[in-house]
Amino acid sequence: MNAIAPLATKAVAVDIEGINLSYGTNHVLKNVNLAIRPGEFFAFLGPSGCGKTTLLRLIAGFNQADTGQVRIGGQDISTLPPWKRDVGMVFQSYALWPHMTVRKNVAFGLEERGVARAEIERRVGIALDLVGLGHLGDRRPSQLSGGQQQRVAVARTVAVEPKVLLLDEPLSNLDAKLRVQVRRELRDLQQRLGLTTIFVTHDQEEANTICDRIAVMNEGIVQQVGTPMELYERPANLFVANFLGTANILEGKVVGSGTERAFEVKGGAKLPIPGDVAVPTGAKLVFRPQHATLGAAGAAHAGQVALPGRIAHREFLGSSMRYGVAIGETEVSVDLPFQSGGDLHEVAAPVSLSLSPRTALWLER
Amino acid sequence: MTAVPALSRPKRMSATPGQIALALAIAAFLLFFLVLPVATVIYVAFTEKGTNSFTLINFYDFFRTELFIRSFWNSVYVSAMSVVWASVFALPLAYLTTRFVFRGAAIVQTLGFLPLIMPPFVGAVAMQLFFGRNGSINLLLDDWFGFKIGFMEGLNGVIFVQSVHYFPFILINLSAALRNIDRAMEEAAQNLGSSGFRLFRRIVFPLAMPGYLAGASLVFVKVFDDLATPLLLNVKDMLAPQAYLRVTSIGIADPMGYVIAVVLIVASVVAMWLSALALKGRDYATTQRGGGGLAKRVMSPTEAIFGYGVVILILALVLAPHLGLLLLSFATIWSYSPLPDAFTVAHYARVFGESSIYIKNTLIYASLAGGIDIVLGVAIAYLVLRTKLVGREWLDWTASAALAIPGVVLGIGYLRTFYGITLPDGTPLASLWITIVLALAIRRLPYALRACHAALQQISVSLEEAAENLGATKSRTVRRVVVPLMAGGILAGFVTSFSTAAVELSATLMLVQSNSDAPLAYGLYVFMQSAAGRGPGAALGVVAVILVAACTFLSHLIIERSQKAKGMGH
Repeated sequence: MNAIAPLATKAVAVDIEGINLSYGTNHVLKNVNLAIRPGEFFAFLGPSGCGKTTLLRLIAGFNQADTGQVRIGGQDISTLPPWKRDVGMVFQSYALWPHMTVRKNVAFGLEERGVARAEIERRVGIALDLVGLGHLGDRRPSQLSGGQQQRVAVARTVAVEPKVLLLDEPLSNLDAKLRVQVRRELRDLQQRLGLTTIFVTHDQEEANTICDRIAVMNEGIVQQVGTPMELYERPANLFVANFLGTANILEGKVVGSGTERAFEVKGGAKLPIPGDVAVPTGAKLVFRPQHATLGAAGAAHAGQVALPGRIAHREFLGSSMRYGVAIGETEVSVDLPFQSGGDLHEVAAPVSLSLSPRTALWLER
Repeated sequence: MTAVPALSRPKRMSATPGQIALALAIAAFLLFFLVLPVATVIYVAFTEKGTNSFTLINFYDFFRTELFIRSFWNSVYVSAMSVVWASVFALPLAYLTTRFVFRGAAIVQTLGFLPLIMPPFVGAVAMQLFFGRNGSINLLLDDWFGFKIGFMEGLNGVIFVQSVHYFPFILINLSAALRNIDRAMEEAAQNLGSSGFRLFRRIVFPLAMPGYLAGASLVFVKVFDDLATPLLLNVKDMLAPQAYLRVTSIGIADPMGYVIAVVLIVASVVAMWLSALALKGRDYATTQRGGGGLAKRVMSPTEAIFGYGVVILILALVLAPHLGLLLLSFATIWSYSPLPDAFTVAHYARVFGESSIYIKNTLIYASLAGGIDIVLGVAIAYLVLRTKLVGREWLDWTASAALAIPGVVLGIGYLRTFYGITLPDGTPLASLWITIVLALAIRRLPYALRACHAALQQISVSLEEAAENLGATKSRTVRRVVVPLMAGGILAGFVTSFSTAAVELSATLMLVQSNSDAPLAYGLYVFMQSAAGRGPGAALGVVAVILVAACTFLSHLIIERSQKAKGMGH
């Protein structure tokens, strides 16, 4: 913990209700509803073009919704211009003004608010110390490294003590090693300030590692909201299952009934379904690579069901071996822990893929 | 120029013999037609008349003469005020068309160019008719309200004409700068609580400052150097006219003309240096990642009325010279009345009859000058960007330095330097028409060079390496790959040189020796000096404007077509 007096930030909730936004005929955000809790580190996660940045910019006031409202701490801010919203945004490009020193950049928002000179100095000092750049105040942005620029952008934003902190892909312009370090710093800073923070990213690892909860978005629709673990273990649909981690998807149909009930995978192989497992009609079988095991052809582990397959290829990943297994017309991935001297399955060998029907997921879409 | 290969390691010569020969040829050209004349002017200014010994007495005389001091301050005042007024015209146009959803933004930007393709002194005559003591506006004011405004009186007239003529330099540079600002720069400020005029003052304008200063310093220098406009408005106590009058009335041996020339050079250099100094240590490019320019806002109805009102008012003002010129060219008599008495085409008949020599000369001179410029421009750009020739930057710097040399100074330099050099039949080199072409070429070289430089910079080196890898020599690679790919940029450079050379007068006024060698701008100047010559002069001016506009338009078409054919178009 830092010894300096913290900035006077307090945590408020952000409520997004019934937001629709179109550019011409392009419907970018479709009935978005989100309740972000006070002090939460929240992520908008999705592929490019999913509307996550549009939604963030809408909260900051740079986009106007066709319908719906955004409330911060209970107050509707939908009609306020950007400069009256009091939400701090860190831009993807950092947007540091090259004609001002680092100190002037950080002081800008306070000057615009008419804060007294002594108070500006104090808060600029705190903000710069907070990101560990107290000694670089007189530099120009162009004299800083990418990581330092990013920290100035954060300091500039938190210096005004905003109600909410918005981060637009703040790590995308950093190299891989720095990214891991900076994301920890961001998390640490957010915890210290207790500031409600919204983080936009397309990188599931970034969202998983630092966010309390994630809203997964695709094609302008919020697919699912939950903690990283919930999303990984109980994805609401195929998109979420695929976007967070690797997911194997087997198409097929339910055949038979009672004890004879089974899932017939496209291509013929049948997987018995225990009576207590509910399978919606039209559902696909979804499982993670590490949730299946491989055995010699015909073998099945206790309490598991087995499918016949054939090794198509294998990739050595260090701690594990990833096998590509052909099941009928589909190929799935299976990760087995790698042990020195352990037996390996050879390419083209017939194998039996076993999985527990209770850890597998049945998803309709 | 030091194009000496490293002798100790002959295998690692910095360039091929051909490149060295080319560099030496260019160096010789620049030395002979730019450095030598300017050096001569400076030398004469610092030597005693007759004895050739170093002296400061000429400068002492200059600073002791009340007329020169007054002329100097008048020139500074007129140039500074022209910058102020040009900014007043350019700022709203640039801001409104780049920041707002503005119907007709393209038209505004295009019309904004128009004043540049007409010599400013031609505009001066037309503006006398509208804004002069007995011009349309004042006659109407007098009729309705009983007073007149001295728009065109003395220095005010020069300021008015110059700011209307040169404001496009600020408009073009400022608009480009505004368009290049990353949108996030503005949004970050809004996010931190800034808006409206404060946002413009603290973020937008400072970020556009390099563009504004580039334009403003150009306006200052151009106005400071301009000769014909003050002379035509009968303002003689300014520096450039003084230099001209000294040399033409007292003679080429009088040192005072040279002293004034040196002061003109120093003023140009200082103005450019100051604008560079103002930007020193401010790196504007590195953190801007090209975010597609500022957000365009929709104007509220009140804003729209105000905005369009301002734009229409400014456009009416800056296009007044063109309109006036057009009316004048068709007018029988236009004096002491808001509009001409009757219309005629007789002036055009006269222009095409007896004055077609001016048009022919202009086409020849401007084409030759443009041709020389692009050959030099391509060669210098190639040497600078594609070879490791020692001292290649010096070619670039020397050629670009021509920007800081006022036309009247170059004219005086040519007269002095080349009068001593005579051809076999005894005519001095300075009195040949080719001297005019060379002066124009040197004056416009910086523009063509920048265009060629930019064009070559965009071509990937690997395209040339591929040609060499397939067996093409350096010179064949240049001919078959580099020049075809640069075609668009080369043509753009040619057009800039051609169209500005066609209306240039500062240097040529000195160098024209006989009417049969005179270009259009000179003819215009002669016509415009007498009341009777104004009609034909205006007709000639309209011809000049149409000529330059047509050539510019044509080359745009060609550039676009060739870009499209190469799949490089947008």
